[in-house]
Amino acid sequence: MTLREVVKLLNGTVYLGENRLDEEVETGFASDLMSDVLTLKETPMLITGLCNVQTIRTCDMATLDIVVFVRNKKPTPDMVELAEDNDMVLISSSYSMFRAVGMLYEAGIKPLY
Amino acid sequence: MHQEYTVIEGDFVNAGTASSSVKKTLKQLGVNPQVVKRVVVALYEAEVNAIAHAYGGKVLVDIDADKIHMVVADKGPGIPDIALAMQEGYSTARPEVRDMGFGAGMGLPNMQKNVDRLNVTSEVGVGTTVDMEVDFI
Repeated sequence: MTLREVVKLLNGTVYLGENRLDEEVETGFASDLMSDVLTLKETPMLITGLCNVQTIRTCDMATLDIVVFVRNKKPTPDMVELAEDNDMVLISSSYSMFRAVGMLYEAGIKPLY
Repeated sequence: MHQEYTVIEGDFVNAGTASSSVKKTLKQLGVNPQVVKRVVVALYEAEVNAIAHAYGGKVLVDIDADKIHMVVADKGPGIPDIALAMQEGYSTARPEVRDMGFGAGMGLPNMQKNVDRLNVTSEVGVGTTVDMEVDFI
């Protein structure tokens, strides 16, 4: 599905990366633990409730560039600025992690393992 | 090429500054992206550890044609039992470290998985030095 469809499905708000919304996304990974994110070899869409500068830094190191913040967490201006350097997409949704992940899975987003 | 960075105790906002800079340098040098990822993931974990557990320290990076050598040396409480600290899941992190998305006892194991050579030395009450090398080929 496209990122635009992800935003619509999760009733989300786009904080960065409007220009990339027609891109397709196939896999997702959900975690609030950044050390788990750093173990990934693949580059899925990240669904997380951890909303701070380290979320963006971790994605930079792990070469992930699509983040969906759940539980109504909204990226701060310094996070957006840092994410801009890496051409990332930042989306925020008011849904819980469980709800967001369930909906994405049902819509065809695949898990890594 | 030699690079040095200073790590300041508790400065979580800037955790990853060294890793981010090294990433840019390696990309410019045309190093294989998968190797770059291994390097920066390991260095980032080490940086976070120095900020989370110690009273600051230094990151020393030497980039050669065929490998990168990274040393993260902190002044801090040291690690009494390195073998225990290397075990996945063992952690002494404070709640504020966990709030940043770390502190689950995966830092040292993550470093080990990503580098070709890892050597951790520590003296209780003095500090810890993490010495890592990754081959480019």
